[in-house]
Amino acid sequence: MKIQHALTAAALLALSGLAQAQVDPLHVRSWAASCAACHGTDGRAQPGMESLAGANKDDMVKKMLDFKAGRKPATIMHQLSKGYSDEQIVAIASYFAAQKK
Amino acid sequence: MQRRHFLQTGSALGAMGLVSGCATVGGGNGPKVVVIGGGYSGATAAKYLRLWSEHKIQVTLVEPNESFISCPMSNLVIGGSKTIAEITTPYDNLTKRHGVTIVKDRVNSIDADKRIVKLAGGTELTYDRLIVSPGVDFMWETLPGMNKAGAKDKVMHAWKAGAQTVTLRKQLEAMPDGGVFAMSIPLAPYRCPPGPYERACQVAEYFTKAKPKSKVLILDANDDVTSKGPLFKKAWAERYKGIVEYRGKHNVTDVDAATNTLKFEFNDDIKANVLNVIPSMRAGDIAVNAGLATANKRWCEVDFLTFESKAAKNVHVLGDSIQIAPGMPKSGHMANQHGKTCAAAVIALLMGKEVNPMPIYNNTCYSFVSSEDVVHVASVHKYDADKKTMLAVPGSGGVSSAANELEGRYALAWARNIWADTLA
Repeated sequence: MKIQHALTAAALLALSGLAQAQVDPLHVRSWAASCAACHGTDGRAQPGMESLAGANKDDMVKKMLDFKAGRKPATIMHQLSKGYSDEQIVAIASYFAAQKK
Repeated sequence: MQRRHFLQTGSALGAMGLVSGCATVGGGNGPKVVVIGGGYSGATAAKYLRLWSEHKIQVTLVEPNESFISCPMSNLVIGGSKTIAEITTPYDNLTKRHGVTIVKDRVNSIDADKRIVKLAGGTELTYDRLIVSPGVDFMWETLPGMNKAGAKDKVMHAWKAGAQTVTLRKQLEAMPDGGVFAMSIPLAPYRCPPGPYERACQVAEYFTKAKPKSKVLILDANDDVTSKGPLFKKAWAERYKGIVEYRGKHNVTDVDAATNTLKFEFNDDIKANVLNVIPSMRAGDIAVNAGLATANKRWCEVDFLTFESKAAKNVHVLGDSIQIAPGMPKSGHMANQHGKTCAAAVIALLMGKEVNPMPIYNNTCYSFVSSEDVVHVASVHKYDADKKTMLAVPGSGGVSSAANELEGRYALAWARNIWADTLA
């Protein structure tokens, strides 16, 4: 369990570096804007949906990877998360983490 | 980061000779973008053009309607669990919060060579880039009887939310118990693939409660249910047993509004107490008249990186008017995504920057099988550089396993969020 956690953390760190190195931040902003239809402009949601603005990046990444792997049950996010690469998920989570709550 | 970005765009604009000093909301002499049509795509594009250009681009939205009435959720007005006021949002926040100039008028014509939009009221708007998002218009020529005097006042399509939605609800309320409500569905593609089947559920629920001897007859030109088929069929077989009847391969070729009769290509005439004819659709008149509808003279072909028209330079087409990519629905959610992708591209083009080479966006569509229980279909679409189109990402997306109340709450939250993302 501990080993698995350590590996996940290392993998996340590696992914973070990759995402930051390769993708234009304005293009990441466009990817993130796709989420805004449900989660609000810049991740500031209206009542009834989870806000993403200013949330912890690692928590968001873990949640998305858990949805993607089928470890976390969902109504819809298990289907949407599978459309994004792990690198894209990290980049989008970084964008939302940097937004004002 | 934000400061560096500001400086970059500032210097880019300065170099183009477009900015004299500090840009002010709604004013200044920055690049001009005109948006025609304030639906899910046009209003979103207008808002995000202002937001993402840090108010440097001047945006004028031409929209004849006083306020935005949502097509998604409008079937709940027909079913009786929502009012039209509850699905209506004013446009004023686009001006107050984002500095979008709204012109309440209709477009007469577009001169793409001179970059001028001529309005019915006589005003002429010049632009650096134009966004055309007029939604759909109906192919009334395919239903001769609907062009007779009074036919369109009697037989509703209710496929643009507003007065027709309210009238159809009133017709259902006035219908005697034991009556038949017949709805015709055109061949795909049309706006909102699951919409007609959701409407059938909404009317059926109303009949179950208020007029249990009445029937809902679905007459579909398509071979079979075009979206969420097993989920809708389960609802009709179980919740609305004996009320809903579905008939595929029923292509309406004419309507006699005086006698409430539908005529078909191959089947016998059908008479009903209340008719709801959803005609075949094409890109909105404004786009067709401007020569933008290059696919079968029906839909507008675009470059999916920028949404620029393949027929006219500096003109972008969004939303239900476009020739869709494979697997891309004509939906409000998708139109909202078009709006943002186009806004980012237009800003990049006007500022001399690189357009995002890899757009990725999703579609989420909820349908109410009752006033509380909901089913969804979701998909993720990614740009394919070789095929130069958007393609669904393999392995992503799907539908609900069964109708459920939790997604009913999410569907209402979706509406609140997308209305705010589009208009506030």
